[in-house]
Amino acid sequence: METRELTCIQCPLGCQLAVTVDGDAVTVTGNTCQRGAVYGEKEVTAPTRTVTGTIPVDGGEIARVSVKTAPDIPKDKIFDVMAEIRSAHLTAPVEAGRIIIHDVAGTGADVIATKTVKRS
Amino acid sequence: MEYHDIVVIGGGPAGLAAAVSAYDAGCRDVLVIERDERLGGILNQCIHNGFGLHTFKEELTGPEYAERYIRKAEERSIEYRLRTIVADVSPEREILYVNRDEGAVRMKAGAIVLAMGCRERPRGALGIPGYRPAGIYTAGTAQRLMNIEGYMVGREVVILGSGDIGLIMARRMTLEGAKVKVVAELMPYSGGLKRNIVQCLDDYGIPLRLSHTVTKIHGKRRVEGVTISEVGPDRRPVPGTEEFYSCDTLLLSCGLIPENELSKQVGIILSRVTGGPEVDDSLETSAEGVFACGNVLHVHDLVDFVSEEAERAGRNAAAFAAEGGKTRGGVLQVTPENGVTYTVPQKIRTDAAEKVTLRFRVNGVYRDRCVAVRSSGAEIKRVKRRIMAPGEMEELILTGEDLARCAGGITVGLED
Repeated sequence: METRELTCIQCPLGCQLAVTVDGDAVTVTGNTCQRGAVYGEKEVTAPTRTVTGTIPVDGGEIARVSVKTAPDIPKDKIFDVMAEIRSAHLTAPVEAGRIIIHDVAGTGADVIATKTVKRS
Repeated sequence: MEYHDIVVIGGGPAGLAAAVSAYDAGCRDVLVIERDERLGGILNQCIHNGFGLHTFKEELTGPEYAERYIRKAEERSIEYRLRTIVADVSPEREILYVNRDEGAVRMKAGAIVLAMGCRERPRGALGIPGYRPAGIYTAGTAQRLMNIEGYMVGREVVILGSGDIGLIMARRMTLEGAKVKVVAELMPYSGGLKRNIVQCLDDYGIPLRLSHTVTKIHGKRRVEGVTISEVGPDRRPVPGTEEFYSCDTLLLSCGLIPENELSKQVGIILSRVTGGPEVDDSLETSAEGVFACGNVLHVHDLVDFVSEEAERAGRNAAAFAAEGGKTRGGVLQVTPENGVTYTVPQKIRTDAAEKVTLRFRVNGVYRDRCVAVRSSGAEIKRVKRRIMAPGEMEELILTGEDLARCAGGITVGLED
């Protein structure tokens, strides 16, 4: 049995949650609404995050294009995803929405451009 | 002289939303003036996600949110000029702008929308002792250098101030391989959104030390470290609490200031609390036909509210440009009290037909309090809030019925 303390981020109230995992059973206490219970359970069992970063672009109107993971990736893969983003390199033009890295760090998610960078 | 029905100064989220809504309200002659090389404003450097939950019901990054509005403007063929800076505005709505291609140009506007945004409080305004070595940046400048220009600004970082940009940069620098040692916050509470505390600091084990400030910057050529001290209730450093943190970079996230140099040139009355123009419910400033919206009016936490506010300013500017100056009726003065630091708007026209959205901030963290709106002692509205904090902008809607019951002025304050 393991208990973790979390701050709920579903609203400005910021309830202090205690999430207890006992085998398959997850109990959330400290929440004042259902959204807090859902958040607390997911944060402890399968937390995910959107990772955003930038990738250098040769010959573009600006030096870097911004990117994000789509969909979210498991929280424990953040630095693996960043390592792949940081080793990427592009040539202009880049259109917003283009897939830059398929299946980043084996997460099944893609890294996509969030900005259009035209040729300079 | 060149003439436009509406000139919008600033092509960030506020300016774009104002221009689009002015067009949709029937004005076909809208010009946006932007000093940067592209539209979108500060959103272009805010590469993180979390934008648009209210406006688009999905989570977007800053550049994606900006591109949605840029597309709206382009679909309507709204004219814009980039790399163009407005140097002067007169009360008669004459504008002097400058750019490389045209030099200095004068034009006249039927109505003006001010959407110049805000800037960061710099080191010089904070009074931190020490030399002036390299390695001290405002958080937003560091954000631009990293996300647009592509420079890594430092390796070992201390952040002063827990505003949202500082929190976002703590995560950003960590992801790029820097070590963020601590975030120090002068106040006993954070100025940032809860979500950012959790996802930018807690996720990476970065400590947030409340009631602490930087009392010395070490290093002559480059930052070598900072001294952090605890502060008492009077916000003055407590002797004996000094701690040294070695670092090569200090980021400052100590507040945003609406950028109102042009507003001052027009002679517009500014609020001492918000730093932005005083406006009525149409978002018109004290200068006739000059409207204001977004962070130049008051600093927002969420761009979604900027867009909504700017749409109102654009619509009202379009109405003004179409109908010309109307005779002004009476106004109700809105006075903040009991923990409410300011309201926007500060005035409500007595002939305001529609409902009025009042936005305000409080001066501390309050749990289970009511927001009361009173006029001549009579209670007009009372709304219970579970929590209010200075870092989260509050909102209250007054209906036409509510307003009909107001006489003289109204007050907005917290009550038990």
